[in-house]
Amino acid sequence: MLSIKNLHASIDGKEILKGINLEIKAGEVHAIMGPNGSGKSTLAAVLAGRSEYEITAGEVTYNGIDLLELSAEDRAREGVFLAFQYPIEIPGVSNINFLKTAIGEIRAYKGLEPMTAKDFLIMLKEKQKLVEFDSKLVSRSINEGFSGGEKKRNEIFQMAMLEPKLSILDETDSGLDIDALRIVANGVNKLKSEDNATIIITHYQRLLDYIIPDFVHILYNGKIVKSGLKELALELEEKGYDFIKEVVEA
Amino acid sequence: METVIKTSTIKDKLIFEFETSKLFLFGDTQLRDQAMESFNKQGIPTRQHEEYKYIRVDLMLKGEFDFSTNKNCSDAEIEPLKFLKDAYVVVIENGIFVEGLSNLQNLPRGLTICSLVDAEKSNSPVFEKHYAKYADVKTDPFIALNTAMTKDGVFIHIAKNAIIKKPIHIIHISTAFKNTIINPRNLIVIDENAQAKIIESFETVDSKAKIFSNALTEIVIDKHAIVDHYKIQDEKELGYLVNTTQVIQQKQSVFSTHTFTLSGSLVRNNLTLVLDDEHIESHLNGLYLTAGNQVVDNHTVVDHRKPNCNSNELYKGIIDGKSAATFNGKIFVRKDAQKTNAFQSNKNILLSKEGTINTKPQLEIYADDVKCSHGSTTGKLDEAKIFYLRARGIGTINAKKLLMHAFASEVVDAIKIEALREYVEENISKTFQ
Repeated sequence: MLSIKNLHASIDGKEILKGINLEIKAGEVHAIMGPNGSGKSTLAAVLAGRSEYEITAGEVTYNGIDLLELSAEDRAREGVFLAFQYPIEIPGVSNINFLKTAIGEIRAYKGLEPMTAKDFLIMLKEKQKLVEFDSKLVSRSINEGFSGGEKKRNEIFQMAMLEPKLSILDETDSGLDIDALRIVANGVNKLKSEDNATIIITHYQRLLDYIIPDFVHILYNGKIVKSGLKELALELEEKGYDFIKEVVEA
Repeated sequence: METVIKTSTIKDKLIFEFETSKLFLFGDTQLRDQAMESFNKQGIPTRQHEEYKYIRVDLMLKGEFDFSTNKNCSDAEIEPLKFLKDAYVVVIENGIFVEGLSNLQNLPRGLTICSLVDAEKSNSPVFEKHYAKYADVKTDPFIALNTAMTKDGVFIHIAKNAIIKKPIHIIHISTAFKNTIINPRNLIVIDENAQAKIIESFETVDSKAKIFSNALTEIVIDKHAIVDHYKIQDEKELGYLVNTTQVIQQKQSVFSTHTFTLSGSLVRNNLTLVLDDEHIESHLNGLYLTAGNQVVDNHTVVDHRKPNCNSNELYKGIIDGKSAATFNGKIFVRKDAQKTNAFQSNKNILLSKEGTINTKPQLEIYADDVKCSHGSTTGKLDEAKIFYLRARGIGTINAKKLLMHAFASEVVDAIKIEALREYVEENISKTFQ
């Protein structure tokens, strides 16, 4: 589904990603772990289409198309979803209107008929239950006055509504207490299928107790320095990030 | 003679018109003569005039102008402008009250609506008591000009204790075939403990030439009265509007006024609220959407004269193209006006490099136990918000539209009449196309 080859990216002339290689197939869950400043969030931002980053080398192929050629909105319309590390507050735009507009544009892009208001509302209710998102929050302005946990849950709710093929969760666990973490993880697990893939970017192993990854990659200084199965995350947690330095230097 | 007039200034032309058309002008001769004298002293403001330095009315008023008040509008043309289906509708065409186009059947008890001319003819004591008593000709040349040269307008009186449920919609329409100057004038008197909702809309219909409308409305609000007032200014490219609204509020009255400037080549609003007793509440909301070469200037004055009053002001603007917007908000808190709460905020979004915004809050406080604040911001649309929306599949243009709507919503949501709110929302959407 996603193939990243030798990806280099920089911001303000400073190279952050220094040759990323990653292959992801439908149905898989990949965890990307690494210390602060290793380039995890940059990778997420580059995949989602943030324009501040300059791609200096490499390629990203998504379902046979050159992802880097697409605008951020077209990537979303093709099924790429980024759950933001810091979701933005947008006072004055209701969640409902936002999702209606987004789904409308995605369907138009795919050449599908617009969704009826009735079907939209049915879907809204269904998904909101599925990911345990408070119905009162649905009609409020996007993230306005939401707690940190509510914002993260709203990201997962949006993910449920937009039904992406590739979801990238950028530190979705940060700032969540254990109950909120469980709800968010449950939501992600319910949305998993044979046809979609998930990238989980995290600093800590804890989220991976709830969302079991198929593969774990360690990102360090702009490169994936080690890949393995889910046990790698436990090893990393146990030995700490100093362990990576040994790996790199070895 | 004719060549003399052609080469003379607009001021000379106005004085000439005043002298030669006295028979058609409205109001007491002495009042008009004094007003004209005052206009003569002040003249049309130029760039040197501090209060008008950002809006060049003098440049607009070059060339030939007519003073015709022809009635050209048909029922069919006016119908779409009657956007409030359930309202008492007053149509003022080229400054003249037109009964035939208005809908004033079955007025409820306590509500009087008639032309200024009829109000004067019938020797209405309310009219005589209040007409031209509040907008001072010495303070502004356009007040002076209007007082001297108005021909008609509407008189609305809401009697003591009357609650008028349906909104009263005053539609000002201009239909010009030659460049024209008009001076419509309205007087609205709301008596003690009465309530009303009043909408003034400004439109042009099938115009072929520039219309300069110097419109003035005085609103007199007696104690315990509650009044909602809305102005919808949508005169398109040929409209040039100076709109003076002079309000006086008595004890414990509540007045909310909302000014929406959707189009018009030049719009100048002079809005003055005098809070002349205690425990008065006043709300001033404004939204201006400017583009192209539009010039829009909002000057507001809130004059706190007595203790224990609250005023709250919020003006927002979205500025595009080469347009220029000005917000000048004055708040006076007089020596007697202790325990005043007066708040003011002006927020702007500048969409283009060539657009201009001038914002100037002016607080003059002579009492020592008051709470007053003002703030002003000007920024671009937030890139982080645009990206967030795009990351969900919403295209850049629609993302920007959503954000502009969101910005405007704080002002739009304050509209209490649902049909009006829908109308304004729809027109804002058209502006954003």
